[in-house]
Amino acid sequence: MAPHVTTRASVPAVPETEAGFGRTSRARSSGQWTAWAFLAPVVVYLIAFYAYPLYRNLDLSLHRYTVRSFVQGGAPFSGLDNYRTVFDSPTFWPALTHTAVFTGVSLVFQFSIGMALAIFFHQHFRLSATLRALFLVPWLLPLIVSASTWSWMLNSDSGIVNTALGVFGIGPVNWLTSPDWSLASVTIANIWIGIPFNLVVLYSGLQSIPSEIYEAAALDGATHWSTFWRVTFPLLRPVSAITLLLGLIYTLKVFDIIWIMTRGGPADGSTTLATWSYRLGFGNLLPSFGPGAAVGNLLIILAMVFGLLYIRMQRRTLR
Amino acid sequence: MKRSLKTAVGVGLTAIMLFPVYWMINVSFTKDTDMRADPPHLFPLRGTFDGYRAVLDQQLPFLGNSLLIGLGTVALTVIVSAPAGYSLAKLRPRGAGTLSFVLLVAQMIPGVIMAMGFYAIYLKLGVLNSSAGLVLADSTIAVPFGVLIFTAFMSGIPAELAAAAKIDGAGAFRTFWSVILPVSRNAVVTVSLFAFLWAWSDFVFATTLDGGGAQQPITLGIYRYIGNNNQEWNAIMATAVVASIPATLLLIVAQRYVAAGVTAGAVKD
Repeated sequence: MAPHVTTRASVPAVPETEAGFGRTSRARSSGQWTAWAFLAPVVVYLIAFYAYPLYRNLDLSLHRYTVRSFVQGGAPFSGLDNYRTVFDSPTFWPALTHTAVFTGVSLVFQFSIGMALAIFFHQHFRLSATLRALFLVPWLLPLIVSASTWSWMLNSDSGIVNTALGVFGIGPVNWLTSPDWSLASVTIANIWIGIPFNLVVLYSGLQSIPSEIYEAAALDGATHWSTFWRVTFPLLRPVSAITLLLGLIYTLKVFDIIWIMTRGGPADGSTTLATWSYRLGFGNLLPSFGPGAAVGNLLIILAMVFGLLYIRMQRRTLR
Repeated sequence: MKRSLKTAVGVGLTAIMLFPVYWMINVSFTKDTDMRADPPHLFPLRGTFDGYRAVLDQQLPFLGNSLLIGLGTVALTVIVSAPAGYSLAKLRPRGAGTLSFVLLVAQMIPGVIMAMGFYAIYLKLGVLNSSAGLVLADSTIAVPFGVLIFTAFMSGIPAELAAAAKIDGAGAFRTFWSVILPVSRNAVVTVSLFAFLWAWSDFVFATTLDGGGAQQPITLGIYRYIGNNNQEWNAIMATAVVASIPATLLLIVAQRYVAAGVTAGAVKD
């Protein structure tokens, strides 16, 4: 879950003084050489470890690979056959729907809980900084740790969640072993993991709102509620949009939590595009790399659409 | 609301949020025989260290591998991204905008899909199941982030500093190495911390690229426990507790760097 960073950084904040360089064109081009010499490692790196794996992935999706040809090469070109296989698969619509539901529900809860907490912690009381730091813990834990902890908490027979529900006379719910509940289970775990990110980003958004505005609102006799809806929320809209879009891109990618908790099951009950792609490629004894790569590429396209939207929005906000 | 009341509410909310973490610790101390007690024991009053003994017996090699892989990823990430950040921030290369755009897009590619491409390549090169291969793959999570953090940080370094070095006769590399890098310590720390944490936590690349290796990381150690339908949840949770140590240390030692990393760029500051 790498945090995304904006392009803002790429624009040099202060124009360089050209002391030491002449203003001749030769000095300029030697400056370009130096600049690109420093960039060379990252360019080579991007080509070798980003572009090439992605190219291999595209190549996989356009050929009919078997385990044999995967190792030895020489798989026949099959055009868009793999994509057709994927679209015709009975798993396609459930996987797409689950991805949409998982992402949508996660975002709604992560964002609204994160927002409520950010506003609460913004009030500066004793220990607020320490407690806010503690809220980061779920986000920093390795996903396998969070996922296995939630697995045990949601265990049908001995899990603490069913015990707690039992106190209210509910349940027991087969969280991870029933196809009706497995998607809800992984969504709950994912919401828990995502709240800290929303809290931290929205909190720093709140900090950038000048306190005079609140003082003015208070003088005008605004209530807490109307201050939130008429002052805080509109001013926070750009930050909120960015938080939501980043959350969307993260959540589309989520694989670990679902795979560790349910492996996308039972009966595809919690299969998303990410886990389906992995299962096709690696989850069976007989791998189908082609369709797996095809699902992966569909997911990339989906992530890119929102990614470009994010970049556009980011640029507009900075202007 | 009174301030003390707010503190009390804050503590309450934090307790709810961190309950799963508490539960992990609680279960790690619970005896096998009490594991399926109904209701579950809320406190490990008659606890056991069996889980942690199992970690010591079985998981130490995994922890060591994860440490090595994490450190390797940190080194690679800093080596690749610090010079790039310097160039983008101070040397004004033509095409900087395009490169930044590519880096941004790179962060949006799902890890599962990268893993499949890496698998195909590694299989051909015969570097599956090696720590070096895993370091390379893990670094892809951190390099774009690293470049952007370094660029942001180095943009803020006064131009006079580099100019003075130039007057003293230092070349571009010398300036970078002896002037820019030392004052960028905070950026180096931030990037290193996150690179380490992501490599330490990585599961996707580990399970695809190192699933049959002799040097598996701790995430696979835990996963294997669960996969074997192991019923010794105290051992699983004890391993999880130990695997959480780097994240906890990070939060205690470098809290401000962590918050800076999370919000980097997402918000105007």
